[in-house]
Parts: sequence; C-alpha cells; structure tokens
Amino acid sequence: MPKVTFIEHNGTPHTVEIAAGKTLMEAAVHNNIRGIDADCGGECACATCHVYVNAEWIAKTGLPAEGSQEASMLSFAAVTQPDSRLSCQITITPELDGLVVRMPEGQH
Amino acid sequence: MNAPVNYDSALEEARRDAASLPLSEIDVSDPTLFQNDVYYPYFERLRREAPVHYRKDGKYGSFWSVTKFKDIMAVETRPDIFSSEAKRGGISITDRPMEFRRSSFISMDPPRHDEQRKVVSPIVAPANLNNMSGIIRERVCRVLDSLPRDEPFDWVKLVSIELTTLMLTTLFGFPEENRHKLTYWSDVATQDVNAGGEVDSEEKRLEILTDAVRTFTAMWHDRAAKPPGFDLISMLAHGEATKNLVNDPAEFLGNLTLLIVGGNDTTRNSMSGGLWAMCKNPAEWQKLREDPSLVTSLVPEIIRWQSPIVHMRRTAVVDTELGGQHIKAGDKVVMWYISGNRDEDSIDRPNEFIVDRARPRHHLSFGFGVHRCVGNRLAEMQLITLWEEMLKRFPRIELLEEPERIYSNFIHGISRMMVRIPS
Repeated sequence: MPKVTFIEHNGTPHTVEIAAGKTLMEAAVHNNIRGIDADCGGECACATCHVYVNAEWIAKTGLPAEGSQEASMLSFAAVTQPDSRLSCQITITPELDGLVVRMPEGQH
Repeated sequence: MNAPVNYDSALEEARRDAASLPLSEIDVSDPTLFQNDVYYPYFERLRREAPVHYRKDGKYGSFWSVTKFKDIMAVETRPDIFSSEAKRGGISITDRPMEFRRSSFISMDPPRHDEQRKVVSPIVAPANLNNMSGIIRERVCRVLDSLPRDEPFDWVKLVSIELTTLMLTTLFGFPEENRHKLTYWSDVATQDVNAGGEVDSEEKRLEILTDAVRTFTAMWHDRAAKPPGFDLISMLAHGEATKNLVNDPAEFLGNLTLLIVGGNDTTRNSMSGGLWAMCKNPAEWQKLREDPSLVTSLVPEIIRWQSPIVHMRRTAVVDTELGGQHIKAGDKVVMWYISGNRDEDSIDRPNEFIVDRARPRHHLSFGFGVHRCVGNRLAEMQLITLWEEMLKRFPRIELLEEPERIYSNFIHGISRMMVRIPS
C-alpha cells in the first residue's frame, strides 16, 4: 500500500499506509493523526483538513482548479499558502506513494 | 411563556400529535415546538416518512423542510442553486417585508459574500485565537469564582450572558461598561415579532437597532481615522471590500447584527444548554470528571446537542431535485440543523448525549460550505475553557427546574435556568 507522511506544525512526522482509492484525509483520520479535523467528513465543505503539499509533490497532486469548490473553501481557511490543498480532495494513487504534506498551525 | 409544568405529558401529547397528523399538516416552523422542547417527534416522523417535505401555507408561509444530514449537506454545498441573498428571502424562514431585508455577508452569495467575509475572518485565525486565550480564561475564572454557593441563581444571566457579552466587547473593541447594550441589541435583532416581547413589529426592531447603528457609526469613524487595529470595526473600516459599508446603513446594520448575534447568542445558549445536558446525563458528567481531557470532545457534542441555530433558509434559484422531490425556482428551502443533528443515518446513537464520541465534530450546528460559521473555533475555545475551569471548581451543579426557552424557530435559546452549586 502507498505510504504518506503528515508533518505536524511542530515538526513531528507521521508516516501511515493507505489503500489507493482512499483520500489523503482518510489516511489521517483512520490513523488518528491530530491536526486533521475533517469536520464535514470529506464533502469539501469545511476546510478543516487543510495541508501544505511539499514542493516536489505538487506536480503529482496538482492544485485546486480556479473556481472549484475546493478553491472556494480554501479561500476561507486560515493561513493558506500557494501550496495549500484540502486533503479530502486528494485521492491516493500508486504514483503518490511517498507523498509528504505539512499541517497548518490550526484548522479553522 | 414557561415550559409546561409537566414536560413528560407534553412530550407524550406531541408524540401522539406527530404520529396522527396527516403529513401535509405537519408544520415544524411553529416556535412553540422549540419553546416547549417538544419538536423531536415531528422531525423524527419527517426524517422517516418525508425527509424533504413540503408544507403549504404553514405559520411561516409555504416551505420545504430538509431534515436529513446528507440532504442538508447537499443544499449547503450548492450556493449556486440554493441562494442566501437577502433580496430573494435571506437565511431565515421569516419572510420580512422587502424594506426590512437587510443584507450582510451571511445573506449574500459568492462572490460578494467571499469578499466581505475575508475582511473579518482573520480575527479568528489560529494565531489570534492564541492571543485571546489568556483573557478568555481570566474572565471565566473571575465569573466562576464570583458565583453564589448553596443558593439558587440563574446560570444564563450570571454565566452565559456575562461571558459571551464580554467576549463581544473584545471582538468589537466595545466599552465593557456598556456591554448590556450588546446583549439587548442581540436579543432585539432575533426576537420573533409574535413572541410577546418588546419587539412586536419590524418598525419597532429597526427603531431600537438604529441606536446600535449610531453607536457603531461613531466607533467606525474613530477607528477609520486611526491605523488598522485588531477589532472587527477597525477591520471593516480598513478592509478594501467593506471600507464604505458605513455609508449604507441597512447593510452596515445587517453586518453588525450578524456579528453580534453570531458572536453572542449562539455560544451563550451552548453554555446554558451544555450544563443542562450534563445535569440530565450524570453518568456522562462522571466520565468527564474521571478524564477531564474529554472536554475537547464534550464541547462539540454540546454544540451538536444544543443546535444553537435551529435552521438556515435558502431560496432555490432554478428548478432542481432534492431527495426525490421537485423544487421550483423561487421556493423556500429550510435546512433544519436541529433535525440533521439527530439523523440516525449519519450520526451513531444520535439521541444519546455522549461525551467521548469518536467523531464529535461531525455535526451541522456550524453549517457547512461557504457560509460555515466563521467563529466556530472561537466558540469551541470559550466552551472548552469554561468546562475546564468548572471541572476544577465544582464537583456538582444542581439543576433546580427545567429551563425556560425562547419563542423562536431560529435561535434555540434558553432564557433562564435556575441552578445551585453546593459548597
């Protein structure tokens, strides 16, 4: 199974396995990783599963399309950056094995 | 109006009524259902038999009721189909006359909504929440330490109103000594004109709130002349999308009441409703005493249980389908958060108050989508701090009688709750 790494805001890394077809948000929630709240349960409707995608992975995960619901919800999240994504909108594929993302200071 | 003397028999009667009425006659907009706390069986029947339900010519006109979690989510995530615009009808089931429909960013659709909301949202960004945590804890300690022992007192007045109004003074940079005005304006802004209170017409409401506009206009000009500060008035006065707001008194008042009510009434009622829920569920309170770290799941559970906002309304802008029903352009669509929060298909054991739920934040009380409550993490922080400090001080708080609730189908409010803290 692909492995993904979440780095907490304080620098603590967590590497977990997740089946292809699941979302990055599910990888965090199913492994009880603190800092990914996912209040809406993956509907792209709360922006509390916000992550920053490490530069070397941006090409593979892509960025939210302009005008998309993800872009709209992200625009209300606190402390966004150009590499911000909602992890519920990233579906894991074998190509994303090794993906590294960082977490913001807080979900909001 | 007080709660019925015998609550159990009132609920039993509501159960019979809800079971026997023809579906077409069920009207969940009746504010007495919430005032008397007997709304449950009506929503249970709708969720089971008519989850997207049309009530023709009800107390608040003709409207669709959306009662299940997933259907509510479907409405929340399509602002292009289900509009919040004030001119179409806004966000409340009450159809105010056009001249009293005040716009604000909660009653706007994207993109204007987005521009205005972004001006104020930094006040509740994580770094600023950290900045406010000290003053919140200090006030909670002061208020709790001043409570009487061994004698009855009103928790709503001495704790819930006091703490949330003090929070508002910080958010607005409003003089603390005049804080009772904020509570008053907040209540005036939401009071149902049929509730039997001071606000018996929209004219009367506007007359009282004009005083709020005057006060805040003076504050606005003062803040606009100074460098940008970190309070809501300064942020609006200096924000690119809102810097002329003061010149549009109706929209200025709309946004003021949104921020006052949103930052006050909702958390106030969760502070009261949370204690009520814990008094009714002593085993859950015991769990919390044994493991105080559970406050972080207790608080979202309280917010689900209370559902401080009973409903939000949208208006369909095109013909559409929801839950197998055909909704026409112009129809009023009401999302009953208070019902979705008890939906057994989305929430495990929804009719139980459980302080250690696995996913307690999966509730509708803050709404979802672009209008999701901007202050949701601030609300949680205030409630977490309150419960942490209560746990340190009071092994027990006794509920002396059932709380009095307000006549409203919009704000799920508790107006009085007598309790006693044994020494």
